[in-house]
Amino acid sequence: MIGQLLAAMIGTVAFSVLFGVPRKYYPYCGAIGAAGWGIYCAVANVAGQAEACLIATMVVIFLSRLTAVWKRCPVTVFLISGIFPLVPGAGVYWTTYYIVTNQLSLAMQTGYQAVKNAVAIVLGIVFIFELPQGLFLKLLGKRRA
Amino acid sequence: MENQNDKEVMELALQAGHILLENGAEIFRVEETMERICRHYGVESGNEFVLSNGIFVTAGNEKEKVFAKVQHIPVSGTHLDKVTAVNQLSREIAEGKYTVSEAMEELERIKRMPGKRKVTQILASGVGSAAFCFLFGGNLRDSLVAFAAGLFLYVYVLQVSGPYLSKIVGNVGGGALVTVICSVMYLTGVGEHLNYMIIGSIMPLIPGVAFTNAIRDVADEDYISGAVRMLDALLVFLSIAIGVGLGISVIGRLTGGALL
Repeated sequence: MIGQLLAAMIGTVAFSVLFGVPRKYYPYCGAIGAAGWGIYCAVANVAGQAEACLIATMVVIFLSRLTAVWKRCPVTVFLISGIFPLVPGAGVYWTTYYIVTNQLSLAMQTGYQAVKNAVAIVLGIVFIFELPQGLFLKLLGKRRA
Repeated sequence: MENQNDKEVMELALQAGHILLENGAEIFRVEETMERICRHYGVESGNEFVLSNGIFVTAGNEKEKVFAKVQHIPVSGTHLDKVTAVNQLSREIAEGKYTVSEAMEELERIKRMPGKRKVTQILASGVGSAAFCFLFGGNLRDSLVAFAAGLFLYVYVLQVSGPYLSKIVGNVGGGALVTVICSVMYLTGVGEHLNYMIIGSIMPLIPGVAFTNAIRDVADEDYISGAVRMLDALLVFLSIAIGVGLGISVIGRLTGGALL
């Protein structure tokens, strides 16, 4: 489990380097990515993948917005790399693999699952962006800028 | 007296918007920043319309001179450091720390900010691939292969696909390249799980930025830009899938089904 979280953290930081995130924000990106993956694994154990994606995305976005307000910088900085472990790259691969190897029912199944996960991510993003900015300022005890 | 100044303010807002849009900010932020700059310097009639690859600004009423400009902005890479810098600048403008010409100089400086060095990017791609390979179930040897594949992939992205190829062909090629490298490593016995190696190594190609920004634009009701970006993301997903599929089937044929 520790290894998984560490890998999520390293992966997220590596991608924030690719996207040109300023160096001082790497630790936050890593922490948010690891938190998202941790939640995903925890929820996926008791519920479905899509539910896990939804809740993990919500956590990632919430933490990103909180950190963005705290550090006074665009939320995109934390959000994009933090959400990377959840983006259904693996789902796309398995679907392709099953199509190429002529296992069509498995391809349907994984493709459907990938779409479901993507929709869960969409909903997670939309829900948490609906929260008012004032809430985050209040949580951090800041006055409205 | 105000007229000359108004024009400069509109240029400033346009430049700020340009940098933001080009480097991966969402539409809402671009519009908000431009609006903030116009209002702070007292241009009441400033109006901006932002699409995923262009900005339209106009100004002018009874008191203020007419200004109109359209700028086409091709999507380039994602440089979030520039987005952060412009965001910081716009905050400081709102606090009254800059005159128009000082702000313009600062924008020029941000525009010339050097990106990450190529070596750093290639290394980051390798490390990211290895980490994601491990995350999705690979063991350490698989990660090692993914690391190598990630390195090669980004050399290809920076030297071949980025400057010379279209998005579709570039990503099909990237997917195929990764599949070939991983398959060779698998067949020579360096890595154990072909699937996890490939999944990890294609991660640097996955259009996470376009996908996330598309969703946020749609959520902000910027449907045109959201739809365009979503199409972009889906196209890239599809291209990668085609590349990987192509790689698997060709190598499968060549090796007489040793892979599948």
